[in-house]
Amino acid sequence: MNPGYELPVDDVNYNFAFLDEFAKREIRRNILKAISIPGYQTPYASREMPMGRGFGTGGLQLTLSLLGAGDTLKVIDQGADDSVNAVNLRQFVELTCPGANTTERAVEANIIQSRHRIPEDKLTADQILVLQVPTPDPLTIVEPSEARRKIMHGEGDYAPLLTRLYEDIVQFDEIAISNRYPTRLNGHYVIDSSPIPRFDVPKMHQSAALILLGAGRERKIYAVPPFTDAVPLAFEDVAFRTEAFLDSKGNRRQCDRCTSVTSYLDEIIHPDGSRHWQCSDTGYCNDRCVQRQNAECEEARS
Amino acid sequence: MGYVAIKGGGKAIAGAHTAVESLRTAEGEGGSPLPLASIEHQLRLLTSRVLSEGGLYHPRLAALAIKQMQGDTLEAAFALRAYRSTRPRLMETPTQSTSGMRLIRRISSAFKDIPGGQMLGPTMDYALRLLRLDLADESPETFRKVSRQFIKDAPDSDLPDSFPKVVDALREEGLLPPQPDRPDSPFDITREPLIFPVPRSAALATMARAETGSLLALAYSNVRGYGNVHPTIAELRVGYVPVMLPHPITGEPTEAGEVLMTECEVVATQEGAESGAPPLFSLGYGACFGHNEVKAIAMAILDRALQKGMQDGADCPSEDPEFVLLHVDGVDSMGFANHYKMPHYVTFQSEVDRLRTTQEKDAAHTKAQGAES
Repeated sequence: MNPGYELPVDDVNYNFAFLDEFAKREIRRNILKAISIPGYQTPYASREMPMGRGFGTGGLQLTLSLLGAGDTLKVIDQGADDSVNAVNLRQFVELTCPGANTTERAVEANIIQSRHRIPEDKLTADQILVLQVPTPDPLTIVEPSEARRKIMHGEGDYAPLLTRLYEDIVQFDEIAISNRYPTRLNGHYVIDSSPIPRFDVPKMHQSAALILLGAGRERKIYAVPPFTDAVPLAFEDVAFRTEAFLDSKGNRRQCDRCTSVTSYLDEIIHPDGSRHWQCSDTGYCNDRCVQRQNAECEEARS
Repeated sequence: MGYVAIKGGGKAIAGAHTAVESLRTAEGEGGSPLPLASIEHQLRLLTSRVLSEGGLYHPRLAALAIKQMQGDTLEAAFALRAYRSTRPRLMETPTQSTSGMRLIRRISSAFKDIPGGQMLGPTMDYALRLLRLDLADESPETFRKVSRQFIKDAPDSDLPDSFPKVVDALREEGLLPPQPDRPDSPFDITREPLIFPVPRSAALATMARAETGSLLALAYSNVRGYGNVHPTIAELRVGYVPVMLPHPITGEPTEAGEVLMTECEVVATQEGAESGAPPLFSLGYGACFGHNEVKAIAMAILDRALQKGMQDGADCPSEDPEFVLLHVDGVDSMGFANHYKMPHYVTFQSEVDRLRTTQEKDAAHTKAQGAES
């Protein structure tokens, strides 16, 4: 290297939304392809982002290629806006996307990036939900080779996957898949629904909002287009079941804070060993607390 | 009850950054910051590794990444890759030839006398790994004297600018098959995802920026017994390759700079050659940025193994292109291993739900059986 070379230390400006414009255009084109073929895993040349592979780089590249000045973004991790990874991603967007707004309320956002949850508030046709995906192919549990899986998807050969579900029933008398539940889109491709709990899978069916799923490390983008059938795999005599949150008497547990009996709950063990339950979706829970004018919740929100 | 599941993420992150910086400066009053030039030169092999795995030839930024990441090679290579994502691609070089490499080292373990001769150069291969305690409190005067003395003692070189390649001699003798037809343009792994089957150029590009330890482990598995490559190093060379770009006005190839590279060619005995054809050696190729000999050798062995796997099907993991190419990238594998540290409360809750349900059913089943007997 030229011995007189000096690092341009003053030149630290990054492009709007970090990625160069060619990269963003490539991602947008792949989004269009993914929407056109519901559930097809569209390959793309995923770029390295300044956070770890596995921390939502696939979702982030989708968000950054969609976001412009005037858009409002909500970032959720485990349902919470204040979880370390959500904070990190939101700060990165605030740093690199001047003019874009961020919010913690799902109703205010037109783009929502989420890991492991779909918000409790029903999303509208004006919103896009971006989900982070570690393993985009539901066939991975039955076939390690991607080349063979691609053929299976093309032929609609999901027999090994259904056999796997059947084996669960034989062994456990239940389908033992907890999250990443395989879901069939528009009667053909089966997708990995991302690590959302089974509780959230029905929200994909005929969703008004466009749902985009991005896997950065595995370099795939796929979509649940608006108003598209999304049906979890099950059998005629063994129905798909969501997490029920029932207590020992069979009653639906409620959130300790906002008393919701319809939300997905986090199980919390207090220092005295007692078990408590709270909404996983903190934005939803806070809104309900405000509506109930619950003083204790007001405190928690500030 | 003020207990909330996850709160204070922002503060925690800021605190973590402060803690990391405090450890970097833990020498306290007696400490002084590492200059980038010292990292680049005194830790030159570390810099080489990071350059190569980062896939960006920029020694000074590699040194900065090493300093910032406090010596973690995976993290430093990762920072270079992320920086790369922000740069648009302005032009592409034509295929560069390594025959014009300005060598600092070249050896062959196949022939004693190779055209141009062997040149051991800077290597620790034959040094005794005895700790040199005199380096522990080396004075700046001694340090500078070593440098001055080397330049003073260096003979006026009568070395040629470049050396012929050993594999060209093997080809002329008919021991190696002729050079395969070059694809019009090599597969660009930074602009296209790998969709299997992939061409050899995609495999080579993937391995050129792969994590050294991952390549080494897979190559070692092949030569140790889970595979059948018996390599001999036809040539290993380290040196500076001139980078030629078309001149913006005349279009003539013009030297725009040079990159330090390691290149390795192994020959392996051809097993079960096609009937009728004369038996030939086969070639495995490895090359990467920087001075990384183990990486180039491992890559050459794996290239040979993968070519066999692509042609005849894989008989072992190191011959399977998907197995090798999707698991050797340090940025990908490190990121995924690290992501398990993130909260998984929601999915774990869902797993607990499945476990409790199956446990309840199992208990009910056992009870029913007990009642029957």
